[in-house]
Formats: sequence, C-alpha cells, structure tokens
Amino acid sequence: MSSEFTKLFELFIAASIINNFVFTRFLGLCIFFGVSKKMETAIGMSITFTSVMVIAAALSWVVYQYVMIPLEITFLKIVIFIGIVAAFVQASDTIMRKVSPGLYYKLGVYLALISTNCIIIAVPLINAGEKYNFLESLSFGLGSGIGFALALIIMASIREKMELANVPRPFRGMPIAWITTALIALAFTGFSGIITL
Amino acid sequence: MDLKNIIEILNFISGFDLGGLINHIPLPKIGVGGGIEARETVDIMQTLKFTFVFVLGTGAVFGLGLAFAAKKFSVKRDPRIDQVREYLAGAHCGACGFPGCEQYAEAVVLNPDVAPNLCTPGGERAAKIVALITGKEPVVAEPKFSRIMCQGDWDRAVRRFKYEGVHDCRAAVLAGGGDKACIYGCLGYGTCVRACPFDAIHMNEHNLPVVDVSKCTGCRKCEAACPKKVIEVLPGSKAVLVACHSKDRGADTRKNCQVGCIACGACVKVCPFDAPSIDNYVSKIDLEKCRVCGLCVTKCPTKAIVDHMPTRPKAFVIEDKCIGCNICMKICPVNAAYGEMKKVHTINQERCIGCGLCTAKCPTQAIDGTFNAKEVFEKAAKKKIKKAA
Repeated sequence: MSSEFTKLFELFIAASIINNFVFTRFLGLCIFFGVSKKMETAIGMSITFTSVMVIAAALSWVVYQYVMIPLEITFLKIVIFIGIVAAFVQASDTIMRKVSPGLYYKLGVYLALISTNCIIIAVPLINAGEKYNFLESLSFGLGSGIGFALALIIMASIREKMELANVPRPFRGMPIAWITTALIALAFTGFSGIITL
Repeated sequence: MDLKNIIEILNFISGFDLGGLINHIPLPKIGVGGGIEARETVDIMQTLKFTFVFVLGTGAVFGLGLAFAAKKFSVKRDPRIDQVREYLAGAHCGACGFPGCEQYAEAVVLNPDVAPNLCTPGGERAAKIVALITGKEPVVAEPKFSRIMCQGDWDRAVRRFKYEGVHDCRAAVLAGGGDKACIYGCLGYGTCVRACPFDAIHMNEHNLPVVDVSKCTGCRKCEAACPKKVIEVLPGSKAVLVACHSKDRGADTRKNCQVGCIACGACVKVCPFDAPSIDNYVSKIDLEKCRVCGLCVTKCPTKAIVDHMPTRPKAFVIEDKCIGCNICMKICPVNAAYGEMKKVHTINQERCIGCGLCTAKCPTQAIDGTFNAKEVFEKAAKKKIKKAA
C-alpha cells in the first residue's frame, strides 16, 4: 500500500514540477501565452484545464485498456484520444450551459479552446505509452493539470507586474513574455533529478 | 497462346486471395504503427476490420451522444436574438464594439443600455429593424464613411527610394518607414483595399485608394489596417476635409508633395465659420463648426482640401428685394455676382459655388438658394419683430 501510494505521489510531483508540461516539455504554449495576461483568466483556465485533463485521462484509459488493447488497434490511439477529448469537451460544454449557466459564463470560453489542445492529448498518450494503471493515470493527469495551473499562475502574476515595468520598446508584449518563460524554464530545470522514476 | 495457358491464368486470378497474400509477406518484427506489443506477424484483415468497426462505432456513439445532449440540454434562447442576428450585416467587423455579430445581437436584446443603431454596415435599415424587434428608440446614426486623408499619389508625391518588396503597405513601412518622402502619406500598396470586407475601396491608376461611398459602411477595418493612419472614418455629411496629415514645415511638405497642406492659413482666413485651424503645420477642420460651404476648397493654393460633395444648391437673386447695393459683388469670392449700382444684380450659376456668403451679407435678404438661406431669413425676421416691438 505504502509503496503504491509513494509511486502515485512521485508521479504527481514528477508531472507537475519536474516534467512540467510548459517549462520542460514545451507543450501548450499557445494557451499558456494566450491566457496568462490576466490573473482572473489564468485561474479560470487552470481550473477548467485540470478538471478536463483528469477526466480525459480516466475516459481514455478505460477505452484504451478495455477496447483498444484487446482488439489490437493501439496504433489508433492518437485519433481516438482526440475524438474522445473533443466529444467529452463538447458534451460538458452543452451540459454545463444548461445545468450551471453561471459556471458556463465563467469557464465556457476556455472549454472551447481546450477541445483540441496538445497537453490534453499528451496526457492520455503518455499514460498509454508508459502503461500506467488507472490510479496512476489519474494521478498523472491531475499532476499535469496542477503543473499547468502553476505555470499559468506564475506567468500571469509576472505579466501583471510587467505591465507597469519600463520594458525597452522592441521587447514589449510577446518578446518579453518569451524571455520570461525561458528564465522560468531554466529555473524549473533545477528540479530535474529529484525523483527518478 | 493455347487454351491451357488461358485456364491457368484464369485459375490464378480467381484463386487470388488478398488476405492470404498479405499474410505471406514477411513483416518486420516490430510493433505495427507505433504500438507497444511487438509480434511476429499481424493479421491485417482482422486489424482492418476492427479498426473500421471501432472507429465507426466510436464516431456513431459520440455523434448520437452529442446530438442527444444538445437536444436534452438545449438552453432556451430569446428568439429575438436570432431575429436581430438575421438583420445585422454579418460581416463580424466589430464596428459595434462587440467581438462579432452574435455577441452584439445578444447584448442588444438582453441589455437595455445597448443602443440598436450600433451596426454601421447594416445602416439605417438594420437600426430601424433592430429597434423594432427590441422595442428601443429608433435613433438612426448618421452614416460614416472612411475618408482617405492623403492625395499624394505616385505622380504627385516624391519618393525617397525604390521599394521592391511585398506589395503591401505594412511590409513597406518596415523598410525605413516606407518609400514616400512624406512620412505621413499614403504608401499606395493597397492594404486597405484588401482589408475592406465590402469591396468599397479601389486603387486608382495613380495608386491612391478611392472610397466608393455607396459601398462603404464605416466599419473601420481599413482605418485599423492602414499603417500610416491615413484613413479616418468621419460622418458622411462632413464632406470638406483637409486631405493631408503632414506635420512637416510648409516648405518641406511642398518639396515632398504637390498636394500637401503647407499651413499657409488661407483656409483659416476665408472660412466664415472659423472651422479650420492650423496646428503642427497642418490645417484641421473642426467638424462641429464646418458648414460644408466649400469656400476653403476654392482658396487652398495646393488643393489639399477636398470636397466630397458633388453639387451644392447655388445662390440666386430675388429680384423684388434687390436694391442694387453691390455688397454681394464685393463679398463674392469667385466673382459670380455682377450687376450695376442701383440695378438688380444677377448671379452667374456656373461660377457660383454655393458658399452662402452673399446670402448672409445681403442687407435685404434678396439672395436665396444656398444652404444657409433659411437660417439667415429666420434670423432677419426675428430681428424685425424685435425692432417693431
């Protein structure tokens, strides 16, 4: 039990910090730069992203394990996972609009952006590739989501401050955002080697 | 070739077994298509079958599920939103200040503070219909047109160097601010033409954009696209404009362009309404004050002031009232009024520009027909009543 739990915790930490999707794997940069301008949108996006990631990891694990492996069609995983995530996001979009319009107005915008995002696809794909079991998949999904949230919130807080800073004219806007990201990524490489899986 | 051979060939063809054949092809001993499990042989037919069934199955399940969800969880929308949406222009130009037509339709129906006349491309018709649907006051906004505030085409303006690059103003600007000697002028590479969603802007033969006001909706797409900020979107009735943004000194402007504003101040002196003013070596007409008389257009030495009004009502003399005082002859800037002292004057219709100066100055209100005639007559009548009282 304890070793199992340790494995899950290790996976969580590894996914969120050591192999942070944004800073060490360089995935999801479009959304990362797109919504990190304001703290409010960053938090909304983080919540949506994390929940979608965990549920997508669970759904695709079930489909992969119980349908695709027995049928020996694992080579279809990219196509099928994209389909699963997109369909799930669409469905939750429709259901959320009806069930809780308040939440929909807060997070609905981000849902549409997520449907074919690279991080969301990467989580089930890595789960399948590494042959994680169900709990491990969930833990990895949650860790990745929290990691992305961490990246977004760090970036949003820096960019909000940067609005007030006197940035040289050629660097204003996107360039300074990239430079900041690079510096944070450099800092994140310091975590590498803490846990070796 | 004899019969035996043909039968042999036929046998070969009829006995052709695709699946078996593929199975006999030795496959490389690795997983297939990036799979994890490595195996010696792969049953292609089986895999194909499963693939088809599985992909079609998931597609069907997702499709049906989403259709069901859309039906079951459909949100009741105000039907007026769709009605309004139908009558908007549908160009998603953003002139209303909302991201797209859908958002504006929703806002105008649900929010009582959103005005119904914000859709500029839709114009008067859309404003009225939207007002009708939403039950708001039908206030029609004055149509706005984009005006090209530069006349320095490739023949009349000097160019500093020969630009050979992408035929686009935004690209040309990157090359040292463009090839025009005047840094405020139109580059003439047609970025606005391509930006216009209504096909209202065309380049003339001298590479200067021309706005077709019958198509222009004032959506401001061109204004945003122009890297030189040459285009301004202004109310349609304000037809007399200084088509020059050059803040260079007059002499420099003159050197760079034949039709630039040299800040001579002629328009300021001539204007009866104090509309033009000179600031930063360029004249600017105050649209609030301008009465579109067109006087400055005739006086501008470089023809930098343009008149978008095709014709103006011209002045004529009411013969009973004219006392032959010669004042109109003295005041007329284009020498259209003529006649002898103490005799009825006449106004040459060909020369008259309809500026209304004579109407305003005539002591007996004997000149009618200009844009300000009604106003002048009313004022005079009031004065008379006051005097009588």
